[in-house]
Amino acid sequence: MQENASHKPEEVEQFLESTLESVDAAEELAVGMAQRAGLDEDELMKVGMAIRESMVNAVVHGNRYNANKKVRFSVSTDAERLVVQVGDEGEGFDFNSIPDPLAPENLMRTSGRGIFLIRSFMDDFQMRHLETGGTEVTLVKNLVSK
Amino acid sequence: MSVKLTTRQVGDVTVVDVAGRITLGEGSATVRDAMRDMVSKSQKKILLNLGEVSYIDSSGIGELVSGFTTVTNSGGALKLLNLNKRVKDLLQITKLYTVFDVHDDEASAIRSFT
Repeated sequence: MQENASHKPEEVEQFLESTLESVDAAEELAVGMAQRAGLDEDELMKVGMAIRESMVNAVVHGNRYNANKKVRFSVSTDAERLVVQVGDEGEGFDFNSIPDPLAPENLMRTSGRGIFLIRSFMDDFQMRHLETGGTEVTLVKNLVSK
Repeated sequence: MSVKLTTRQVGDVTVVDVAGRITLGEGSATVRDAMRDMVSKSQKKILLNLGEVSYIDSSGIGELVSGFTTVTNSGGALKLLNLNKRVKDLLQITKLYTVFDVHDDEASAIRSFT
């Protein structure tokens, strides 16, 4: 992948309802920006899925579909990378409690693969507890070959 | 379109042609309901044709696992047919590819149930 020198940097921040429609909207918005930044179809699918999983975690597990709670969603692109942040207003959770979905005892579980897929598809993934009590995740995709 | 399921019978095997997106919400619920319906009707040989599935998320993967477990526990077998590269890659990185019996040819897949 080569640097897309002609790409114009973009930055968007939205406060979304805690609904599955917001998940679709966030994915569509970010994939469009990633496409304009020069990612190919295969990478777009991976970025889209990582964003979908992050948004689902915020809407379903963080805000629990609470209509009074919002999801802060931001995307930015420059010549080097795509950065996505998803923040919820939930109660947070213990980051050390996430089970390994590849462990034999977890392989046939029907859930628990979201964060694993995000880590698999992005170049960097960070989680942090917000002072307000929720969780914020940051996803990074490099746009330049290293 | 979220997901569309079309069911057909080939001998004693129920072939389910799945098209669209299996994602959290309508897509995964549709697949879940169809699985439960088939098991309740004692249709225990199920071949899921995923050739027209454009997208599947972790919830969709969960539904496949759930369906596999439900059908297996009822004494039946659930197999997968025509995985595209994306679905195949997903099942491989989640180490589920070897859990499922995956086929590329419908006729041989149907024969494998006997």
